[in-house]
Amino acid sequence: MVPTSHYLFLSLALFTIGVVGVVTRRNVIIILMSIELILNAVNINLVAFAHLWKQVSGQVFAIFIITDAAAEAAVGLGIIIAFFRNRETVLADEMDLLKW
Amino acid sequence: MLDLILFYFFATLAIVSAVLVVTRRNAVHSAIFLITALLATAGIFLQLQAEFVFIVQIILYVGGIMVLFVFVIMLVNLDVTLRQMQFNRGWLVGLVLAVALGAQLAYALFLGRNVQLTGPAGGELSAQNTEQVGQVLFQNYLLPFEIASILLLVAMIGAVVMAKKRI
Repeated sequence: MVPTSHYLFLSLALFTIGVVGVVTRRNVIIILMSIELILNAVNINLVAFAHLWKQVSGQVFAIFIITDAAAEAAVGLGIIIAFFRNRETVLADEMDLLKW
Repeated sequence: MLDLILFYFFATLAIVSAVLVVTRRNAVHSAIFLITALLATAGIFLQLQAEFVFIVQIILYVGGIMVLFVFVIMLVNLDVTLRQMQFNRGWLVGLVLAVALGAQLAYALFLGRNVQLTGPAGGELSAQNTEQVGQVLFQNYLLPFEIASILLLVAMIGAVVMAKKRI
């Protein structure tokens, strides 16, 4: 029986790595992948607490989060394709059309 | 004992591949390591008696979303970006701030290590995990489920519209 705190710390580590990826990388595709990492960390928390309290609702919420991740990935990658077609770049700091 | 060994195996795999996702230069390598991280997370789910989430994770994430990612990586031209700088100019500030956030959260977790949490009583995780998830999903969370399906429809239409050359 693994203590729940172990899962919380694993989730924390994955979340922090994801945040580091979002704030330091320039490539938009890798930023999207880091967001997927963050969502996964949240899922670990939800499922760990579902296991702790023997409630299945946490797993249902994890499924909702996976649905959101799918929607976000589809829309985000669509935006990346559209932007790449117009500006020939996938680097986040070159996406400065609104910057004067 | 075996639980702990399995947990540490999956946790190490997940963390190492997550670090590699963030640090690799080539986006294809990042995608491959993200697949490993997601599979390790799926192993954690299996250990937590969440068989349905485990299989959804593998089919949807690894089989669906990651294929989409690799597809887009192939569509956008990578050879140019490979030779450019991979990190922001202010990457050090961002790294320090993100690690500070992680340290704060770790400190909060450490402070609460002796707190006895009281959850809702009378729960039971049965061996028929999929049936149980289905019952809760369609009885208690029917409206969120329908909203999620609308969200997926909107996302699908949005992705098609944005990726189309000429509307």
